[in-house]
Amino acid sequence: MDALNNFFFIALPYIAFVVFLIGTIFKYRLQKFKFSSLSSQFLEGKKLFWGSVPFHWGLMILFFGHLFAFLIPKSIILWNSEPLRLLFLEISSFIAAICVFVGLILLYIRRLTDERIRMVTTKMDIFIELLLLFIIFTGMYTAVFYRWGSTWFASVISPYLKSVFRLSPEISAVSAMPIMFKLHIIGAYLLILMTPFTRLVHFLVYPLNYLWKPYQQVIWNWNKRKVRSPKTPWSIHRPKNN
Amino acid sequence: MDVRSQISMVFHLDKCIGCHTCSIACKNIWTDRKGAEYMWWNNVETKPGTGYPTKWEDQEIYKGGWEKNMGKIRLKGAGKAKGLLNIFHNPHLPVIDDYYEPFTYKYLNLIESPEEDTQVTARPVSMITGKPIDIKMGPNWDDDLSGTPDYARNDPNFKNLSAGEQEAMFQLERMAMFYLPRICNHCLNPACVGSCPSRAIYKRGEDGVVLINQNVCRAWRMCVTACPYKKSYYNWGTGKSEKCILCYPRLESGQAPACMHSCVGRIRYLGVMLYDASQIEAVANSDDEDLIKRQMDMILDPFDPKVIASAKKNGIADSTLKAAQDSPTYKFVKEWGMALPLHPEFRTMPMLFYVPPLLPVMATLSNNDVESQKDTLNPISKFWERATKYDASMDNIFGTVDDARFPLKYLANLFSNGDEELIKITLKKLMAVRLHRRDVTVGDLSKEMVAESLKEVGLDTEMADAIYYLTSLAKFDDRFVIPAAHREQAIEMTEFTGDRKGDAGFGFTEHPARGL
Repeated sequence: MDALNNFFFIALPYIAFVVFLIGTIFKYRLQKFKFSSLSSQFLEGKKLFWGSVPFHWGLMILFFGHLFAFLIPKSIILWNSEPLRLLFLEISSFIAAICVFVGLILLYIRRLTDERIRMVTTKMDIFIELLLLFIIFTGMYTAVFYRWGSTWFASVISPYLKSVFRLSPEISAVSAMPIMFKLHIIGAYLLILMTPFTRLVHFLVYPLNYLWKPYQQVIWNWNKRKVRSPKTPWSIHRPKNN
Repeated sequence: MDVRSQISMVFHLDKCIGCHTCSIACKNIWTDRKGAEYMWWNNVETKPGTGYPTKWEDQEIYKGGWEKNMGKIRLKGAGKAKGLLNIFHNPHLPVIDDYYEPFTYKYLNLIESPEEDTQVTARPVSMITGKPIDIKMGPNWDDDLSGTPDYARNDPNFKNLSAGEQEAMFQLERMAMFYLPRICNHCLNPACVGSCPSRAIYKRGEDGVVLINQNVCRAWRMCVTACPYKKSYYNWGTGKSEKCILCYPRLESGQAPACMHSCVGRIRYLGVMLYDASQIEAVANSDDEDLIKRQMDMILDPFDPKVIASAKKNGIADSTLKAAQDSPTYKFVKEWGMALPLHPEFRTMPMLFYVPPLLPVMATLSNNDVESQKDTLNPISKFWERATKYDASMDNIFGTVDDARFPLKYLANLFSNGDEELIKITLKKLMAVRLHRRDVTVGDLSKEMVAESLKEVGLDTEMADAIYYLTSLAKFDDRFVIPAAHREQAIEMTEFTGDRKGDAGFGFTEHPARGL
C-alpha cells in the first residue's frame, strides 16, 4: 500500500508535471499546426450548444475554485467559518459540477451518435472524455459523501500539493484519504500528464490578449520604413508570419 | 499620408459567361483536400439567386461585417466581448449544411458490380462520412435558375423592392439574370482580421493580401461569422480556417492567380492600387451614402509626385509604382469610374470591384413587324407568329437604361448601397462606349447623338477607345499588371535555405496533420 501511495502521490505528480511542461512546450514550438481546439461546431451546431456551454463554463468555475483553494487556502477557511457561506460555496460548486457532468455526457453521446462527428473523433478524444467523466464523478462523490470538501481541501490537500511543488512531498495526510478521493487526485494527475497529447492544449492558448490588441493587423515581410536607417543595428529575425 | 500598395481586382460582369472555369482552377490547386472539399474560394453565383452559402448576403442571419453604432463601427456578430463570450459555442456560425454536404459517386460500382438485371448505378456518397446520401445542395445549385421560387425569389437583395418590381423581374419573357463570380475581396478593413481572437489572420503589408496563419489559428471560428462575404472557411478536417490566398506564390513571381489566368471570358483584371492607409478608420466610419465615394477618394493617383514621394518614403518599390501607373484596375475604378465594390455597406472596404452588367438591363421586348420579315426568310425556316422580339437596338439607347427591364434598385442593392444614380451613370458609360464604337465601326448613328452621349457621362473619344481596348482587346499583360515581389529583400531569404528545403510547402515546417 505504501508503495502504491508513494507512486501515485509522489512519483506520478512529478512525471505528470514534467511531461506536461516538456510536452506542451515541444508541441507549441515544433507542432504548432496541431495546436487547435479542433472545434466540431461546423459539422453539428445544435446539440453542441447544450453540451459545450455548460461544460466549459462549469469547468472554468471549478478550475478557478480549485486553483484559488490551492493558492490561498486561508481565504476559503475564513469564508467557510460562517455555515451559510459554506453552504453557498458548496452548493454553487456542486451546481457547476453538475453542469460539467451533464454537459460532458451530452457531448459524449453527441460524439458517439452523430455520424459526422464520429469522422472527426480520435481514440484520444474518447479517452479524454472518459477520463474527465471519471474525475468529475469521483469529485462529486467526494463532495456528497465526505463533507465539507471545500474546508478540508484547503486545510489538508493544499499543504500536500504545496509540498509537492516544494520538492519535499508530504503524503501522510493524503494517504489516509478515502479511495474515491484518491482516485480523484490520480485522475487529475493523469489529465495533466495527457494534456500535451490531446486537444486539451487549447485551454493553454485561450486568447485573452485579444482584449487589448487592435482589431487590424498588418505584417510586413520587410518593413522598409524600419530597417532603412543605416544607424539601426543589423539584426536577423524571423518574420512573425512564418 | 501613409501610402500602401494593394493588389486589387476588377471583374467585368458583362463578360462573364458563367462557365465556372475559375472555380475549377482554384479547386484543383488549393481546396482539393480532406476537410476542404466543400470550400470554393472562388465561386460563381447566378443573380438573382441565394448564392453560396445560402443567403450569405443576409446579415440578419449570418451577422457578418461591421455595423455602425453610436458613430463607431463594430463587428456585428463577433468582436472582443461577443467573440470571447461565445467562444464555446458561436451562435452565428454557419454549419456545413448552409454550404452543402460534399459528395462524390461510387464509380467503382460501375466496374465491379456483377452482371444483374438492373442497370448499375454509381451512388452518391458523402465526402464527410463516406455513407450514401441524397444530394440536397451543391455550390452552384441555383445555377441559371433565375426566376425560380426557391432560389431567385429568396435573394436577400430584394428586401426593399416592391412586390410589383419583384414580379416584373420574374415574368417569363422579361426574366433576366447575370453571373457574379466571387473571391475574397482582400478588404482594407477586413472583418475576419478584426474577429480573430488568436490574431492568426493578417494583411500583408507589401501587397495587401489577407492570409490566415495556419500555425496560429486555433479554430475559434469567429472569422467565418465575421466575414460578410463568407469567404473564410473552416476546415473541419484540420481544425483550422482557410481562405483565398490570391495565389500569393504566383503573385510573388509575377504570375496571375489561377482563377484569373484561366478565365475564359477574360473578365478579370488585376493590378496595383496605392491608397492612404491613415484614412482607413475614418472611411470605414463614414456615413452610408459616402462610403463608396470616400473609399474611391482614398485611392491615390500614382502619377501625383507627392504620392510617389511618400510612397518611396514608405519603401514601396519602383517596380510597384510602375505597376500602379499601368494598373488596369486603377483605370476602371478611378479614371473611368466604371467599377463598384460589392456590398459596400458591410464596411470592410473590399478591393475587388465589379463593372455592373449592362446586358440584362438593356435588352427589352418590343413589338416587331413580323409580316414584313416573313418574306425575307428562307421558306424552310421556322416562322414565329409572336409579334415581339428581344430588342437591343441602338435607338434612344439611354432610354432603355431609365426604362430597364431589370430594376436598377436591385443592382444598387448589390453594388452601391442602394444608390441608383451611381448604377445608372456606370451603365450609361458602358452604353456610351458602345455607341461610340458603333459609330466607328458601323457608322449608322448620328454623330451628334454619339458625341452628346459621351459628353453626358464625362468621357471623350480617347477614353472611350481606351475603355473599349481594355474591355474587348486587352492582352494578358494588359489585364494583369503584377510587380513581382522583391524576394531578395524578404527576410526569409536571409535564412539558410536548408532550413526550408524538403518542408511541406509554403511556410510549413511540419506535416499539416490534424491534432489529437
